[in-house]
Amino acid sequence: MRIDGKGRIDRTRPVTFTFDGKAYPAYRGDTLASALIANDVRLVGRSFKYHRPRGILTAGSEEPNALVEIVGPANVTPNTRATVQEVFEGLVARSQNRWPSLGLDLMAVNDLAAPFFSAGFYYKTFMWPRRFWEGLYEPMIRRAAGLGRLSGRHDEGVYEKAWAHCDLLVIGSGPAGLMAALAAGRAGADVILADEGAEPGGRLLSDGDAPAWLGEVLAELESLPNVRVMTRTTVTGAYDDGTFGALERVGLHRRPRPNLPRECFWRIVARRSILAAGALERPIAFQNNDRPGIMMAGALSAYLNRYGVVPGKAITLFANNDGARQTARGLMAAGLTVSAIIDSREDAPDEPGTTVHKGAVVIDAKGRHGLTEITVRKGAGEFRIATDCLGLSGGWNPSVHLTCHLNGRPRWSDDLAAFVPSEGAVPGMVAAGAANGSFSTHGCLAAGLAAAAQSLAALGMTVPEVALPAAEDAPYRLSPLWAVPGRKRAWLDFANDVTVKDVALSAQEGYRSVEHMKRYTTQGMAPDQGKNSNVAALAVLADATGRGIAETGTTTFRPPYTPVSIAAMGAGGRAEGFAPQRFLTSDQASRDRGAPMIEAGLWYRPGYFPKPGETTWRQACDREVVMVRSSVGVTDVSTLGKIDIQGKDAGRFLDLVYTNTFSTLPVGRARYGLMLREDGHVLDDGTTARLAEDHWLMTTTTAAAGLVMRHLDFVQQAFCAGWDVRFISVTEAWAQFAVAGPVARDLIASALGHTPGLPFMGCMDVTIQGVAGRLFRISFSGEEGYEIAVPTRFGEALFRDLTARAETMGGGLYGMEALNVLRIEKGFITHAEIHGRTTAFDIGMDKMISPKKDCIGKAAAARPGMTGPEREQLVGLKPLTDSALTAGAHLFAQGADLTRENSSGYVTSVGYSPTLGSFLALGFLRNGRARQGETIRLVDRLRGVDVLCLVTDPVFHDPTGEKLRA
Amino acid sequence: MRLTCPHCGPRDRREFYYYGASEYLNRPGPEAAPDAWDSYLHLRDNPAGVTQDLWYHEQGCTAWLKVTRNTVTHEILAVEAVAGGTK
Amino acid sequence: MPDLIAKPALGTMPLNLGQIVLTEAPMLETHSIQPYPGQEKAVSKALKEIGLAFPKPNTWLEKAGLRIVWTGREQAFLLGGVPPAGMPAAVTDQSDGWVTLTLEGPGARDVLARLVPLDLRHVKKGDAARSGLGHMPLILITEAPDSFRLMTFRSMARTAWHEIHDAMTKVEARRAAS
Repeated sequence: MRIDGKGRIDRTRPVTFTFDGKAYPAYRGDTLASALIANDVRLVGRSFKYHRPRGILTAGSEEPNALVEIVGPANVTPNTRATVQEVFEGLVARSQNRWPSLGLDLMAVNDLAAPFFSAGFYYKTFMWPRRFWEGLYEPMIRRAAGLGRLSGRHDEGVYEKAWAHCDLLVIGSGPAGLMAALAAGRAGADVILADEGAEPGGRLLSDGDAPAWLGEVLAELESLPNVRVMTRTTVTGAYDDGTFGALERVGLHRRPRPNLPRECFWRIVARRSILAAGALERPIAFQNNDRPGIMMAGALSAYLNRYGVVPGKAITLFANNDGARQTARGLMAAGLTVSAIIDSREDAPDEPGTTVHKGAVVIDAKGRHGLTEITVRKGAGEFRIATDCLGLSGGWNPSVHLTCHLNGRPRWSDDLAAFVPSEGAVPGMVAAGAANGSFSTHGCLAAGLAAAAQSLAALGMTVPEVALPAAEDAPYRLSPLWAVPGRKRAWLDFANDVTVKDVALSAQEGYRSVEHMKRYTTQGMAPDQGKNSNVAALAVLADATGRGIAETGTTTFRPPYTPVSIAAMGAGGRAEGFAPQRFLTSDQASRDRGAPMIEAGLWYRPGYFPKPGETTWRQACDREVVMVRSSVGVTDVSTLGKIDIQGKDAGRFLDLVYTNTFSTLPVGRARYGLMLREDGHVLDDGTTARLAEDHWLMTTTTAAAGLVMRHLDFVQQAFCAGWDVRFISVTEAWAQFAVAGPVARDLIASALGHTPGLPFMGCMDVTIQGVAGRLFRISFSGEEGYEIAVPTRFGEALFRDLTARAETMGGGLYGMEALNVLRIEKGFITHAEIHGRTTAFDIGMDKMISPKKDCIGKAAAARPGMTGPEREQLVGLKPLTDSALTAGAHLFAQGADLTRENSSGYVTSVGYSPTLGSFLALGFLRNGRARQGETIRLVDRLRGVDVLCLVTDPVFHDPTGEKLRA
Repeated sequence: MRLTCPHCGPRDRREFYYYGASEYLNRPGPEAAPDAWDSYLHLRDNPAGVTQDLWYHEQGCTAWLKVTRNTVTHEILAVEAVAGGTK
Repeated sequence: MPDLIAKPALGTMPLNLGQIVLTEAPMLETHSIQPYPGQEKAVSKALKEIGLAFPKPNTWLEKAGLRIVWTGREQAFLLGGVPPAGMPAAVTDQSDGWVTLTLEGPGARDVLARLVPLDLRHVKKGDAARSGLGHMPLILITEAPDSFRLMTFRSMARTAWHEIHDAMTKVEARRAAS
């Protein structure tokens, strides 16, 4: 219900939202949880395993029960904490994990069968009969398992990622964080103050009415240009070298707006950091402690003071420390009834306005769909108290999580009965305030200031004057109480439905280590990462194994502190955003002609150029191959890597990286080169031309351009740093087109205005239609071929010009499909063949390794096993019948069983050759070169291909290369 | 993780390409025994502690760097250019 | 025969969003200069003739319409003119390999924060950096704390434009929503 005169929300801004189809009123500033409480909605979910009715437990991101679906126009987001989701006009929320409804959930049958579902049940049950597992039990369990469900639609929402840099990152804007940010801000440091809440202030907003000085401090922070306050921003992870991940809720708290991101995933780089993330209140375990209406005492305060709502009329509190008294006083001051305080301490103080039962514990709670009464035991006696809301306070756990992200473990403090951060666990990070075990407001203020002083000193900056506001400084007095003994189930981990019995069972069955107990029971493995249960479970385990808590130890915390949507982490990476797209100068002209573009790495290249009447890609491809072999074809080859290499030692350098010799290459000539990795396998191939005495141009394959550049940089810097050789990529600077076919020379002559007298493998500077370009006589098609290069700005114009000329001469454009068939016909290899596990010997180029000089990879290429008849060697394959072949097929001797061990090789490239009227393949066959003429069986079981083939030389067409050298 | 490139200054790890142990700098001569090559290519110490590796500032100045770091504490102890110089 | 026609990478109009403007800059004559080992001083001396020197890492210099930018290990780009002949350095023409986009206006750094991992808090005129624009290579030239020239591979121009536009849109949407 809503209380007048309390809360910070703006009651002039009413909104309406729906929950499970029913509309409710609320205000802007409410969370879904506070709004549900305002509307007396007690049931918000069903527990994970037993489907028990559950209510709201907390007021923060640690909430384990109130996980709902938020339904938006573009997304359905499951597992959203109602305590974090802010309400806006038209918000649609649905409860989860129940069928058919929250009120009547048939899966609650699990609760009745609970004894069969204790920890590790799937190791002990559902085993007989064996065949029932796959068909019945597993699908059943799978359907019942999981929390929340996906909508099945792509997330089309807007997300972003960004970088931020600062001198000091302050995590948390409660009293400690505010003082730290203020001091550092006044000192002139660049500060980022991040808080997961909608407003800065932390517990100052929830424990009581916010002090006046809060507004003053916030105003000063806003005024400082070097301080950046980031609200709704959870620092999710601490990483090496001062890097932090943080998730900012940018648009989730409001109605969707175009282009407004839902979330932003930040990478924050900070020289120093202060963890002022506060502490989380601990529940106390007792029989049936998971009834709707049982929540944390601090949450009751938060709902009253921040949102002006209370979940009950007759409130009771169960505590082992003084903290709950603040809640009691606040409620009573607001005119509410606190029926009783059950304080486990014998020496508990009295509380004016209500009854305190000292040395007493709650042993049971009744009210399946909403608390109605609790049973209290004091001494030998038991009695019941009617109550609709019970606040729990088992003490406080400092939020140490981030300090554990770099493999640090927290330290157990017997005084606080809690874990506190270990110093130095994250380099450059200091913990302050409740996160470091200071629980009074004054303690937090002072700790924040001290942390700032320490950080500023490390940054080499002077600490300014900061006057601490006056604040309470009450001592922290508690008597540890983890679980009240009882016969029935008492909950530890609400989110994963793990009870005290489960932890005891784990110890009993021998899973005594905390790491084992966690995995065996799944305690701490839910979205709340055990925030509400870790320490109590640890204490129960310690007790069950006769050890102290410190000795039992903890499991570790890993990022993220709260869940991060993959859409935020991957913002911008969907669809084409995944990688940069690279477009050719001929791209538009190609698309204009209807060429489907295929992805070749990051580039888009035309597959083929369909002519009217052609309905399949094969028709176009076959025609283009015939066209190139009988007339002339033009294609864009700009994507190949081009590396400009200069210097007196350039030839010497090429001799080192290539297997063959380049230093003797005459000026004006190009040569095919083979490049090995140091382990003797082929890295790449290409042609390198000598443009001038000390000026070379290397080409690489499209796929390996970056790889080769990296390799050259390594060889040069590691082994040749003093040599006069320099290189740089010019791939982008030149647009380059292949012109191939019997009519190619005429086309080139027509374009240049004169016939170039260029021998095969020659290169020269040319001027083409007013532009300085380069001409190479090289061929990947096996026909007489040229490549003409101009600066990229002229690429489109030259492409259109060459296309027009080719078509006038009876030729035209050809695409990647035809390019591939042409080179297969000639036995030319690509990275399909030099796929990283083949050697020069395998591809028949071992003679290209010059015996007269060293080169990268030479020694390893000569190792035993790198050459010889047992190697799979490059061969050609031609089907004996008119059959299709497939790449990836394996090769078997006729009559051999089709087993993995009997595979003699595999197929790497396949194409239909209109020139030979047959499918052709390139592949690798054990001792292949000696087996030419043999019939081999080509099998691809995946695609149903089983064909007998002739093993041939890889060069199918024009083996002597007459046409090339015309 | 961040590395301080001697040319470019402190940069995010994503700008770099990790190659492997600094062993790769000690290339055996062409006449070296097969064992030397085997060791160079394949055999590595795997210390829990200080190690030296090679990183390439791929999205930056393209310098190859030798990084001395501690695999247990993640502390970066030194970053030097393989080819020397800070230009 | 008529001469071949030159085309820019994008040929697109400037984009104005909020107070931030994104444009495609006209192509500039661009040459890479890589001094041979031990020759940096000699190259610097040769560049003196055009009022420049070989720049220190992460900086650029300008004189009489010629600008020289440090672009990597032992490498600089000369923009706006032809390098002196005969320098003991490898020189290549990079004019056609790059697209240059300009990004100007208050909040330009907020836009760049979406795409560039660099610490731009204290950048000033004369700063240069070789880094990344998302997954693309980047030469970042600072002309003023809110005025930048971004160079990336010409073939990636469309992606660069699109991603910066996208970042501008989201920054503007936040501003409008607050």
